[in-house]
Amino acid sequence: MSQEPAERAAFSLRSAEIGIALMFLALAALVIFDSVRQGARWLEEGPQPGYFPFYLGVIIAAASAVTLARALMMPAERNKAFVQVGQLKLVLSVLVPSAVYVALVGWLGIYVSAVLFVALFMRWLGKYPWWKVVSVSVGHSIVLFLIFEVWFLVPLPKGPLERLLGVG
Amino acid sequence: MDEIQSLMHGFGVAMTPTNLALMFTGVILGVIIGVLPGLGGANGVAILLPLTFAMAQTPEGQTSAIILLSCIYWGALFGGAITSILFNIPGEPWSVATTFDGYPLAQQGKAGQALTAAFTSSFVGALLAVILITFLAPVIANFALAFGPAEFFGVYLLTFCAFVGMSKEPPYKTIAAMMTGFALAAVGTDPVTGTLRLTYGFTKLLTGFDFLVAVIGLFGIGEIFLTLEEGLEFRGTRAKLNMRVVLDTWKELPRYWLTSLRSAAVGCFMGIVPGGATPASFMSYGVARRFSKNGDKFGTGQVEGVVAPETAAHAAGTSALLPMLTLGVPGSPTAAVLLGGLLIWGLQPGPLLFIEQKDFVWGLIASMYLGNIAGLIVVLTCVPLFAAILRIPFSVIAPIFIEICSIGAYTVHNAQFDVWMVVVFGVFGYFFRKLQYPLAPMVLAIVLGDNAEAAFRQAMLFSAGDMRIFFETPLVASITGLALFLLFWPLLSLGLAKLRRR
Repeated sequence: MSQEPAERAAFSLRSAEIGIALMFLALAALVIFDSVRQGARWLEEGPQPGYFPFYLGVIIAAASAVTLARALMMPAERNKAFVQVGQLKLVLSVLVPSAVYVALVGWLGIYVSAVLFVALFMRWLGKYPWWKVVSVSVGHSIVLFLIFEVWFLVPLPKGPLERLLGVG
Repeated sequence: MDEIQSLMHGFGVAMTPTNLALMFTGVILGVIIGVLPGLGGANGVAILLPLTFAMAQTPEGQTSAIILLSCIYWGALFGGAITSILFNIPGEPWSVATTFDGYPLAQQGKAGQALTAAFTSSFVGALLAVILITFLAPVIANFALAFGPAEFFGVYLLTFCAFVGMSKEPPYKTIAAMMTGFALAAVGTDPVTGTLRLTYGFTKLLTGFDFLVAVIGLFGIGEIFLTLEEGLEFRGTRAKLNMRVVLDTWKELPRYWLTSLRSAAVGCFMGIVPGGATPASFMSYGVARRFSKNGDKFGTGQVEGVVAPETAAHAAGTSALLPMLTLGVPGSPTAAVLLGGLLIWGLQPGPLLFIEQKDFVWGLIASMYLGNIAGLIVVLTCVPLFAAILRIPFSVIAPIFIEICSIGAYTVHNAQFDVWMVVVFGVFGYFFRKLQYPLAPMVLAIVLGDNAEAAFRQAMLFSAGDMRIFFETPLVASITGLALFLLFWPLLSLGLAKLRRR
């Protein structure tokens, strides 16, 4: 195999199919379990709260069992790469900072996190000079502030900096 | 002609300066949303929906709000074509088929011609669909007034079974995705008895999963991950659109009237049964290639190959609002988001809307005519401007886009938890899209879950738990029968194919 490392499969289509089908089965189990606990039968006064969800769970389980079986029997020639290493790296390079950004929003507020988030991308992926990074990241955050807090009067999460400036 | 009179009244409602300004704002925002790959109609409307909460507190405000949101939708339908033709990147899933002939035309230096053809046929498709809505909607609404819970559940069943029967995704995956949507909708307080379901003690789940959060995550964040895989480099042809090119193309277009009509019919059909704009555009492209004299030249830059998918996509996107308004059953994800908006504003979509909210309904229908005219004007005049958006590098657009998604999610309930959920839904959206789990029925199920369950339980209460109520009258029996036929269609067609091979 003389494939470029970036084009190697990070994991195969088959394992992705199996993983997601198992996730659906787990979800179905959660739904069925709680519905049975609530009562999924038909009483004198009508259906119990779990009646409808119970059957949803059963259908999800049945459909996913078929998907799972088909994935397990998937012929090898159809089992292509689900995602290549290079692609996965690109996706993760956005996913991980996004998760960090969401965590920061709860702590620093949305405006400061937004500045850091955009600055990181521009500097790290875009390789822009610092003056551009700073002006775009800070500038867009101020525009966001004006749009949401001032014009549409929608309060967004704010942190220590806004409190310090007396606008939070 | 009651409809004409109502429509004229509707024009009176829609033609205020505020509403006209909102129309243009909506269309421009919509085109921007349509141009950016990753930011689509459904999540564009979802992100902006919370901004209309304040606006929609008065009846006139509700009309203005729906005009703004529906015009974003029209704009997105127009905008998808721009990137397809100039950059060979479909801005929206429904404009994939437009790239087949649109991009070759652009490479031959006929970008202006292709764009004019795309915009004009979009407009024609939408116009035909709106005319259909104008005359058919009151009839259907009137008919649906006699519906009881059993009939309504039948209609919901029909909608969801249609997804199984008509979508090109594997039927088992469609069912799993759809039922998961219903299960997500069931989380939280049981609408009938008030008991808590499926929360497993998490207080954050008391109110359940909001469909807006799901839409922003599944369509927005999920889509951006998919776009990332392609590696982002936008290389496109420059667009020049002057009046001469536009007029010359307009002279040529009437030649394709048959293709237009056929595509509009395909589009309207696919929009009303919830097939959606994307399959409609592909189907119509295929049909046009088969029936056209120049069918074998399709794919090399035929104007007709741009006309067909664009007409169908726009006709489907527009006619998807017909079942949403009359029955409360949306025909596309974006229509589902609009329906969710109506529910949040306190309007109950369905046949009663045509009696109780005449201003709202006819204002909306009139705004469809005006909005599409506004859209045509905006796109024909501003193409270079919109194409320039794609020259903004991805390292700037991507984080700003994710931020906007997170803000959209936060503003739904002012909850940080929802922002996390958007990321989670985004990751699942990425997997679902790559594994061909359809997202549209899932979103529709989240929006309609409570209503469908309520209709089901009410019907069952009438009959004291007897399923035969769904076959009792000829009307409900034929709806349910058709639904079951569609549900088992994949199996039936498999069986038929096997028989034929023998």
